[in-house]
Amino acid sequence: MNLALRDVRHNLGRFGLTAVGIGLLLMIVMGMGGIYQGIVEDATLLVDELDADLWLVQAETRGPFAEVSRLSPSLEDRALAVPGVENARRFATHTIQRTHRGRPMRMVIVGLAWPQDRGGWIPLIAGRPLAQGRFEFIADESLGIAVGEQLQLGRDVFTAVGITRHMVGTGGDGLAFFTVRDAQSIQFDLSPEAVRFERESRRARAHDLDLALTQPALLDRARQPASTLPAIAPPMVSAVLVDLAPGADGNVVRATFEGWPDVSTYTGDEQRSLLLEGPVDRARRQIGLFRALLVLISALVMALILYTLTLDKIHDIAMLKLIGARDRIILGLVLQEAFLLGAIGYVIAYFVGMQVYPFFPRRVIITGEMLAWLAAAVAVLCLAGSVLGIWKAMRVQPNEVLS
Amino acid sequence: MSAPASSPSPAIETRRLTKIYGSGNTEVTALRDVTFTLNRGEVVALLGPSGSGKSTLLGIVGLINAPTRGEVILDGTPVYRDSRVLVDVRRYRRERIGFVFQKSNLIPFLSARENVQVALEIAGVRGSAARRRAMELLETLGLADRAHHLPRALSGGQQQRIAIARALANRPSLMLADEPTAALDGERGRQVMQLFRDLGHQHGAGVLVVTHDHRALDVFDRVLEMEDGALRAQPEIAAPIAPH
Repeated sequence: MNLALRDVRHNLGRFGLTAVGIGLLLMIVMGMGGIYQGIVEDATLLVDELDADLWLVQAETRGPFAEVSRLSPSLEDRALAVPGVENARRFATHTIQRTHRGRPMRMVIVGLAWPQDRGGWIPLIAGRPLAQGRFEFIADESLGIAVGEQLQLGRDVFTAVGITRHMVGTGGDGLAFFTVRDAQSIQFDLSPEAVRFERESRRARAHDLDLALTQPALLDRARQPASTLPAIAPPMVSAVLVDLAPGADGNVVRATFEGWPDVSTYTGDEQRSLLLEGPVDRARRQIGLFRALLVLISALVMALILYTLTLDKIHDIAMLKLIGARDRIILGLVLQEAFLLGAIGYVIAYFVGMQVYPFFPRRVIITGEMLAWLAAAVAVLCLAGSVLGIWKAMRVQPNEVLS
Repeated sequence: MSAPASSPSPAIETRRLTKIYGSGNTEVTALRDVTFTLNRGEVVALLGPSGSGKSTLLGIVGLINAPTRGEVILDGTPVYRDSRVLVDVRRYRRERIGFVFQKSNLIPFLSARENVQVALEIAGVRGSAARRRAMELLETLGLADRAHHLPRALSGGQQQRIAIARALANRPSLMLADEPTAALDGERGRQVMQLFRDLGHQHGAGVLVVTHDHRALDVFDRVLEMEDGALRAQPEIAAPIAPH
């Protein structure tokens, strides 16, 4: 006869409510772990998906995810000329905030190296990859944009041709994939008035130069669009991604790039580490600490609940001892209830969590490894939480029945 | 474990049993040199005013507390010698002693049958054998139809009979009862006392009942009386003290 099950059956309502309470607490612990995992995966998602062997970024910077990195697009051609390089892609990224359907919308713009990269590697849930070099984009579903929807960014109108899922940046903002050229036109978009002011100020600066007096054509050139002036044209890309040829020695290729004074070189893994140690490090540590505190609080709450459950049965435990019950029967009663409470709480946490987490503003990623870790943690919590109750149960004397 | 009612073998013997609580200025002597023998099949009442040491004596012969001095022999086996415990008292309690109290002390989350069955399972009787034996006892006590009821659904008398069934479950050589009829009215109290006598004789267990209820003393084979921690001299067979 299982005494624990019979006690639970007898106090089903109270036990059930307690299990729900424990379950909700565990759901938060599980959720915090999922948020932690989500931050890590979101941070490294793009690096992982782009899957480049080497990242060439602005010299002395840590790359476009850690800080501003600006490179000439010609770097792509230079990289392609290096022996051992199979492919080089321009890459641009920056974040914008616009109003969409009356609500603020933050979007991480990612520029793809058209025409080599049309976004064919992006997992789509609707639509298609990019099919033309201008005015198309693929959006993450979290941006709330539908296939065919048109978006005005700057002076240009872009059409959403594909929708992807779970593609977000380090801050949790949805990604939108454009061609590099579109990405730059969005980034460096200026109003006509600002463009005119800039051209006039350039001309004024040129006018003050002696050189302009001797070469008047310079004054005319100063009025032309900035993109046609190599000396002052804005940098076009954030990084150049390099894929090595099969069999190429990565160290040799890297050594070549490291000899170039205008770039810094990182492997994909190094770029990943920089992300985790940089922009997301504090958020990661904060959530990790918060999760540790939650586990501690859960342990205290469970200990208190299990102690109270034992206290409620203390007279019955004394009676069992009086009629000769062995300690393992008493231990079994306390521990089985503790593990039952933990197991039911865990199941509640999982099923409620799976319904609730999708509504969280950031991704909550629950992995099998995390579930196994939590199951083990719950088992330890049950065991640790029972210690106080077991201590009380072991101390109770059979003669307490007589009082 | 059981013996015929006529067997003269002692269920329990105590020799110069003394129990002292506290020490120094706070020392209280609860029992003084208590010596008595209770034979198997014998049903004995233990009387005495509050504080006379009845419950202390019951606690010691029930192997719940050890004496300060003296000896306790259960079923021929020395259990306590002075304050030394000579056996696994918990095993002796579950195999050889049955307890009944003023309150039934039934486990509230177990049914009537399960309350009896739990005592059997604690003693190592498993599964269907324990269930069968529990049902037999309930039938003996006229409670078979209440087997699946929880204690809260039973009357006080029914609960007390379940407690008696539990005490008898492992065929004890000694049954101890502390004011078992205090919560019952006169008629039901008398029925319970008669039940003790019948079961004691039938099962061959020595039965020691602590009681204040003088109306039912005629059902006992013998009456012991305590005063100030000591046993007063008693006749072997008690005459009825009060009419019933």
